[in-house]
Amino acid sequence: MTTEGYNFAYLDEGTKRMIRRALLKAVAVPGHQVPFGSREMPLPYGWGTGGIQVTASVVGPDDVLKVIDQGADDTTNAVSIRRFFARVAPGLRTTERTAEATIIQTRHRIPETPLREGQVMVYQVPQPEPLFKLEPRRAETKRLHALADYGLMQVKLYEDIARHGRVGSSYDHPVMVGGRYLMAPSPIPSFDNPKMHLSPALQLFGAGRERRLYAVPPYTEVRSLDFDDHPFVPLRASGSCALCGADHTYLDEMVTDDRGGRLFVCSDTDYCGERQEQQAAERAA
Amino acid sequence: MYVAVKGGEAAIANAHSWLAEERRGDPSVPELSTGQIREQMTLAVDRVMAEGSCYDPGLAALAIKQARGDLIEAIFLLRAYRTTLPRFGASLPIDTGMMRVRRRVSATYKDLPGGQILGPTFDYTHRLLDFALAAEGHVPLPVPETDPGEDTACPRVTAMLADEGLMAPEQPSDAEPGDLTRTPLSYPAGRPLRLQNLARADEGFLLSMAYSTQRGYGNNHPFVGELRQGEVTVEILPPELGFPIEIGDITVTECQMVNQFNGSRTEPPQFTRGYGLVLGRTERRAMSMALVDRALRAEELGEEIAAPAQDEEFVLSHSDNVEATGFLEHLKLPHYVDFQSELEVVRAMRAAAAPAALREAAE
Amino acid sequence: MMADDEPILSARGLSLSFGAVRALDEVSIDLWPGEVLAIVGESGSGKSTLLRALAGEMRPDAGRVTYRDASGEALEVHAMGEPALRRLARTEWGFVRQDARDGLRMGVSAGGNVGERLMAVGARHYGDIRTEAERWLERVEISPSRIDDRPGQFSGGMRQRLQIARTLVTRPRLVFMDEPTGGLDVSVQARLLDLIRGLVSDLGIAVVLVTHDIAAARLLAHRLVVMRHGRVVEEGLTDRVLDDPRHPYTQLLVSSVLAA
Repeated sequence: MTTEGYNFAYLDEGTKRMIRRALLKAVAVPGHQVPFGSREMPLPYGWGTGGIQVTASVVGPDDVLKVIDQGADDTTNAVSIRRFFARVAPGLRTTERTAEATIIQTRHRIPETPLREGQVMVYQVPQPEPLFKLEPRRAETKRLHALADYGLMQVKLYEDIARHGRVGSSYDHPVMVGGRYLMAPSPIPSFDNPKMHLSPALQLFGAGRERRLYAVPPYTEVRSLDFDDHPFVPLRASGSCALCGADHTYLDEMVTDDRGGRLFVCSDTDYCGERQEQQAAERAA
Repeated sequence: MYVAVKGGEAAIANAHSWLAEERRGDPSVPELSTGQIREQMTLAVDRVMAEGSCYDPGLAALAIKQARGDLIEAIFLLRAYRTTLPRFGASLPIDTGMMRVRRRVSATYKDLPGGQILGPTFDYTHRLLDFALAAEGHVPLPVPETDPGEDTACPRVTAMLADEGLMAPEQPSDAEPGDLTRTPLSYPAGRPLRLQNLARADEGFLLSMAYSTQRGYGNNHPFVGELRQGEVTVEILPPELGFPIEIGDITVTECQMVNQFNGSRTEPPQFTRGYGLVLGRTERRAMSMALVDRALRAEELGEEIAAPAQDEEFVLSHSDNVEATGFLEHLKLPHYVDFQSELEVVRAMRAAAAPAALREAAE
Repeated sequence: MMADDEPILSARGLSLSFGAVRALDEVSIDLWPGEVLAIVGESGSGKSTLLRALAGEMRPDAGRVTYRDASGEALEVHAMGEPALRRLARTEWGFVRQDARDGLRMGVSAGGNVGERLMAVGARHYGDIRTEAERWLERVEISPSRIDDRPGQFSGGMRQRLQIARTLVTRPRLVFMDEPTGGLDVSVQARLLDLIRGLVSDLGIAVVLVTHDIAAARLLAHRLVVMRHGRVVEEGLTDRVLDDPRHPYTQLLVSSVLAA
């Protein structure tokens, strides 16, 4: 398949302008879901169409793009999206290094390497409405957001503690943005939630199928919902990475045999790789 | 472990080559041409055009070939192509009253002006496998043509009822209808956007929703006032010309359902309309659409909203198969970061519960 | 400043028709702070419609409803807009439904049900919320050990008591009650009425009570309004109306109770 006849980064300029306008509104009202005219993309809904449209609208030929899925650059969906941009955005550089990237499109993780000013995080969002399990009608949830009526969400957290002794959502744990809007952080593990708080990077969220964009501007307060006496605790597997030894990163569990053998490795492949290189260099020195 | 290992690039490339091979099937069997699909798989082509909301039989045939006959995949391909097309303008509303009718039936009147025209339909065929079709080279005899007579307008059954004051009039409006491919739906969506959504909704979903209204989940006592199928002319009005020009003919199917209505605070008892209009010869879709349209008018007509088919937000937000299939199939993507979190929670909860259970057992 | 010499809720000229049926016909009533006002009448008399119109849940064709809030400000119920009305409904007002399933979250534990209003007004300490919920369960005679059970596991009477706890936990100033003892066994009804009477007088809540049960009205209400065909046919102090009914319809209502 050739990609001749398509505009830079696939979307036509009119569509990009429309999305950028929606993004500006989203940045101006942090955490608020802004409806946008999501287009059909050549990738299926639920596979990152929202994130791809956001990236396509903000990317330029001078950008350096990193795409991760589950924290890794080499998962199939990340590869597929990176190849898509390499094909439709001539001149665009791609990277696996967090530090080098100007735009990082992600599904389900925030990199371990701290983000810096000038970087843009683009989150793929399957379900932008944090209240949908409690109230499926979007006409009603819209009203609840408008009235900042979030008692219902707190009731759910209460129930989690009453039943399980802890807040139950291990991922996509709802956050309050700038003290005003309840927001779904996308299905990142709760371990990553604190990284959103006062982040120097611009964080953009795209939900293609649900046709919503939202944003957290740099240095914005992002608080995970909790109770004063049951504070939010980010969770990770207790253990350290079998490859780089890190004991402070989010770990993937690898089942090594069918007799219950398992080991843990960093979910963030770039971070883990860098640590291994560094350790090798130190050993050599 | 297909995601955790390096080599995603190679895996994808190999998978795609394999897919291409599977699509072609046994190379000793002649390849299917898009022309053959266009001419012989016409109802599949029509469904893909209707739900792909793009009237182009050639592209629909190509999409079906590329999708190996998976129509939802084909619809997706056509939509993804359609969305990249520049828009030069909007057509004038088509006039189905001026349709060159190839099929037209009414279930409410035995005979009516313009007549009943059965047309090419599966109705009244016996569903027996025709093994003669398995042999190739069979060309059916041409149907003797009857004199079509003058090219006259065929009056609509619903218009005849309306003349008697028995059919509730629709609220006419010159307002520009919204475009759900450009603007996200918000609720209440209103009837123009509702009809747009239903016209390209998944046929199976529409059928089930319509069927549920017949089984008591939002019953609306429907009669097929009229079902008509044929060609209509599409015109555009270039502002620089000031008069409309014809840009082509398309085949459409229109269904007007006549439904009972008991009257309300402000309206006398009369019939109400459920409306379906779809691209191609997709009759089942047109009828389903008309039933669902009527069911969704419950609120407007002051009826109790008790069934799924009457709930606008429920119907419209679950009708699109490109959205639905994408989100469903994304469950195949790796979720191991989230699953890892769930594992940790379950383990922590089990660890917390274990000492208590031991204590209880000891007592 | 709050003025006790002014009604907390007053309605003037409420009318509402459904087609040819006049559900409300020029109804005017006043409710005073701390007062229990019962609206009685047969089914179809318009009493439930009146309750919904007073609570802002149903808009009348004509007339207005004024609520005097805790700061003494007079608010037009049907003109204040949804945000203000919702805020009111979860702070200064409460609503007890006939069917507890309409007033409770059936998928949420008893503690969560009682705690919801506390959290809605900003409570964020799990332990405090739980303690308060336990206190209120006790107060409505439900064992605090049931705090994590869902209402589905409760009897009808318990559910109704739970709904009352859920409504009163934030100490509203005004509570609307729609047949709160309807559909319950007679013995359960008596206990529930006793409980409501105690709580309402302890907390000094103003109540609009809709009931077809004259005995319930006599036990709870300071004042009675008798409705028929959407009109108020008689009103007055409870004892006066029940012991010396003036309107023939009231006489009929009262005698039918005595006969039963």
